[in-house]
Order: sequence, then C-alpha cells, then structure tokens
Amino acid sequence: MTNRIESKFKELKKARKKAFIVFIMAGDPNLEATRKLVLEFDKIGVDIVELGVAFSDPLADGPTIQAASQRALKNKVNIEKIFNLVKVVRKKSQIPLALMTYYNPVFRFGENRFLVQAKKAGVDGVIIPDLIPEEAGHILNTSKKLDLATILFLAPTSTRQRIKLVSKLSSGFIYYVSLTGTTGARTNLAADLSKNIKQIKRFTKKPVCAGFGISNSSHVKQISRVADGVIVGSTIVKNIQHNIKNKDLIKKISIQIKQLQRPLK
Amino acid sequence: MPETLMAALGELEAEYNKAKTDKKFKEELNYYLSEYAGRPTPLYFAQRLSKVIGKGRIYLKREDLLHTGAHKINNTLGQVLLAKRMGKSRIIAETGAGQHGVATATVAAMFGLKCDVYMGTEDIHRQRLNVFRMRLLGARVVPVESGSKTLKDATTEAIRDWVTNVRNTHYIIGSVVGPHPYPAMVRDFQSVIGKEAKKQILKTEGRLPDYLVACVGGGSNSIGLFHPFFKDKKVKFVGVEAAGKSIASGKHAATLVKGEIGVLHGNKSDLLQDKYGQINIAHSIAAGLDYPGVGPEHSYYKQIQRASYVAVSDQQALEGFKLLSETEGIIPALEPAHAIYYLKVLKRKLQKHNVVILCLSGRGDKDVDVVSGKV
Repeated sequence: MTNRIESKFKELKKARKKAFIVFIMAGDPNLEATRKLVLEFDKIGVDIVELGVAFSDPLADGPTIQAASQRALKNKVNIEKIFNLVKVVRKKSQIPLALMTYYNPVFRFGENRFLVQAKKAGVDGVIIPDLIPEEAGHILNTSKKLDLATILFLAPTSTRQRIKLVSKLSSGFIYYVSLTGTTGARTNLAADLSKNIKQIKRFTKKPVCAGFGISNSSHVKQISRVADGVIVGSTIVKNIQHNIKNKDLIKKISIQIKQLQRPLK
Repeated sequence: MPETLMAALGELEAEYNKAKTDKKFKEELNYYLSEYAGRPTPLYFAQRLSKVIGKGRIYLKREDLLHTGAHKINNTLGQVLLAKRMGKSRIIAETGAGQHGVATATVAAMFGLKCDVYMGTEDIHRQRLNVFRMRLLGARVVPVESGSKTLKDATTEAIRDWVTNVRNTHYIIGSVVGPHPYPAMVRDFQSVIGKEAKKQILKTEGRLPDYLVACVGGGSNSIGLFHPFFKDKKVKFVGVEAAGKSIASGKHAATLVKGEIGVLHGNKSDLLQDKYGQINIAHSIAAGLDYPGVGPEHSYYKQIQRASYVAVSDQQALEGFKLLSETEGIIPALEPAHAIYYLKVLKRKLQKHNVVILCLSGRGDKDVDVVSGKV
C-alpha cells in the first residue's frame, strides 16, 4: 500500500486543491475524545491529522500547546497508548495520520522500535521539530524502508543550503514554519511568508505546507494561495481547552474546523 | 534544535572559530578578564581546612573572588565579545542560582546591550539577592512559571525567546550544555580556571595535583578546571553532584550518578527521565545544581572513566558550607559547598602527601537567606 499522506497529496493535486491539516494533542482532554475528534475530522474532510505525542519540555511550542502537553501527561498518556489509539481509529478510518513529538521520547523508546510500532499501528508519518536533518540519518533510512513519511522543517531563517538539504530529505511534505517563533495563535501572518514559500518551491516539487500561528480563515486563504497545505494547531487546541468540560466538545471543534477550511472548499 | 535556530548556530560557530585564532580577540578577552573581572584568581592553600580534613594538602581555586562573585563571568565576557562581533543588539540568558544571570547582566551593561534573563519563579524566590542585582544592572528578569520553575524551564523558555528573536539576539548559555557549539565554546572560555591552576600548582608544589574536585550542575566550573588536565592521566577528577534530599527519595539532581542517556536542549548526555523519555524534575538546595541534564563532555568523561562522579545531599552541603566558613573565613556558595563536603569522603582515599585542588566556583552571599536557620 502506498503511503496515505503521499496519496492524499496526489489526489489533492489532481483536484487542484490544497491540504487542510489539523494538529491536536493526543489525550487532551482524554484519549476517547481524541479518537472521536479524529473520526469527526475524517467525516468533515480534514485531509491530514497530526497527533501530538506529549513531551515534558516542548521547546518549539508556545503556551497553548505546552498546556495541552501537560494535560495529556497528567492523564498518563504515553506512546504505547497512542499506538493503540491509532489502531482503534484505523478500524474505522483511513485518514492520513502523522505523529508529532520531540526527539527524546523517540530516542528513549528506541528509534527502530518507535518507527516499526508506529507503522504497524497505522501511522503514516513522523514530525519531530527538534530533530535536524543532519542528525536524522537513521530515522530517515528506517522510515523510508517502512514507507513512513519523515516530515522535516524549514523556517524563515533557513539558508539556501538548508532549503536544498531539507527539500531533498523530507518526505510526505515539507513543514514550513511560517514565523520566527514558537507555536501559538497570532493576529497577523509574517510579511515574508509568501516570498519564502515561493523561494522554497523553486528548489522542490514536494508539497510545502505552512504552520505556526495560523489562526483564522483569512490566514488560511492567504496561505493557500502560495502553499500546498495549511496546518492549524494552537487555535484548535485552545478551543479544546475552552470546552474541556463541554459535552458538545466534538461538535464545537467540528464547527470551528468547518469555518477554518471554508476558503479551501 | 528547531530549524529556525540552525542558521544562528552556524553563524555562531563560524564566528567563534574565527575568533579563536584571532589575536585581537584573545587580547581583548584577556584584557577584560584581568582588568575587569580580576584574573588570575589565587590558588589558595587552605591550611586550616586541610588540618580539619586531616589528610592531604587542599588548595582552593578562588573563582569566588572574581567580579560578580563566581566563575560565570569567564564565559559571559567571551560570549558578549562574540555577540558584538556578530552585531547583535540584544542578549538573553537563563539562570538558576542567578550567578550566570548577574554575570550576563554585568557584561551587557558594560557593553550597552539590552538584556533579558529567564529565571524560574522557584529560583527567583530563593535567590532574591541576585534578582535584585540583575535589576540594578539594568536587566529584565523574566519569571518562568512552567514545569519545575527552575533552571531547566528557564533554559527552555530562553530557547523559545531565541527562536522568536534570533535575528537580533544572542543567547549566552551559562553552562557547558545546549546545542553545538555551546558545550565546547563554554568549556574553552572556562578552561582559564584549569590553565591557571596548573601553572600555579606547579609553581607552589612543584608538581601536578593528585585530585581535582568540583561541583557539577550543568558542569561549567568543573569542566573548566578538569579540561586542561585531561592528558595528565595521573590527575584524578571528581565531579560532585547534588543528591538533594537523598538519592533514594528520587528528589535529587544527580544526573551522572543516576541518569540515563537522552537528548535535551540540543545535546545528548545523561538525563533524569522516565521510561518514556519525559524529563524528571530535579531537586537541590543549590539552585545552580538543580538541573536534570549535564554537559555532554561530562557524560563522555564518565563513559571513558576519566572522571568519577559522586553525589552529596542538601544536608551535607550545608555542613560543607559551615565547615569552610568556620575554618577559612570563606563563605562558599551552596554549589561548591557540595564539593567541600566531599573532601570528608575523599579523606578515606587520601594520603598525607596528596595535593587536592577544589574549585571554589562562587561566593555564598546569595545563599544567606536559604541557609539561615539551617546551620
């Protein structure tokens, strides 16, 4: 079977559409809610889901996702439980799924063991924001053999040389960090966003998706003009936090996502 | 490390490599080290302390006498000169005990740079004097509420600031931790401790020491003392970590004694962590040792058995604190007080003619609040 993330981008390209990618923290507020959210995302046409695997010291994340990590860890969520969650989801849904975590949990679990079990559970890709391509050799090779995507990052500060390196090694898509900073909702997009994405696209045919700070449908619209996909995280995680005890949590998030992705439909 | 920082780390590495061989940079740094910071520091023969310990001749490398009161300024002077060369207008730092924060605020004031220091609220509370000093020096102290509210979280928060402001900001890391080139660069700046000590001991004793003893949090004063003796195989290194309440209680910061290899803040070293790679909260009475990671070079020394690492509890450190104050009239910081106490343990291995150099990394004024009522 081909990788679900790669198939998705082929399908979108044919339909001349842009990917709408959603990040949530697995186990926030609990694993059952995460399962329901993912199934709902599939139903309402989210293209790819990034599932956060909480880490105690998420240095690329702002306050919203830090708090979500803490909630998940407090709920005693761990990587094994998340693999199980993915297995359960796979019984009902073929939505492309990537795990997003930091390097130490992967290292500690064992790079091979992590990737093999992820694949077995039905994961399609891994995203590790503190792992640079220079240190990712083993993960890149193993993922390739397993047909898992390894999604690498580019930033506004990336040099031409690094753009070339990441373009060559990233698979699934390239994650463009839309601003110099941590994750978190912002009022405005960075001024150099379009220019930088265009610059990256000169070096690669791989899909380039932008994330960090994307907070409303007008951001989504602007980014979809230049990028191949839009990633939203903090704004949704914040809404989950607001509705943590609301029995209509899934519905609330669903409404928010439908609104955010409207410009792409 | 996040991709956003890779260009800045590359720039820093290139600038540092250039500076290392630049005679003018060396002259400038040496000028400030001697005229501003007060180097060389004495290597003081602690006669009464040696007598109380009962064996060996104990020398103290007096980093506590430096301007700002600790070894930290050796590194902040080096890094601020690099920041100037790179044209950065703003400096950030993390701090635990506040000594690195003060040393950073000091050099930022001297060079007219804007300075923000990240500090855990737990440390702000227990090292109030240093918070006040930083503010007097014109720095902004940014309280960090996340996680353990100590050095680890201050470091994480400083990295987040750097990711955001990397274009105009240089991050002065205070220990031999963080991503490359920091561990090697901070070691080089701190190696002045060991280089001087070597010259001084050869002059006074006519031979190399048998033991080097220093406390280890992130590990900058210890690596600074050890590194210049690396090839002198007969000189034994002992790094003293914080056993906190006790090793058995789990409330400690004995990373090398009890930790396992992992990756935090951009380097691979021993870490206090659980089986899923979540970082544990460290504990020590000494804010400067209260860190669940350690410099990668120490993990290497441990692995090749070039150094041995031991741990001393909060209670024992207080005993060390008292011991040095009463025998030598020197009030040590709580961090090196751990190393002082360890001399009582080392005594069992010592012979009468043995020479020991202990790095007295900082003075204890900052700890008077914490210690009062406890000794």
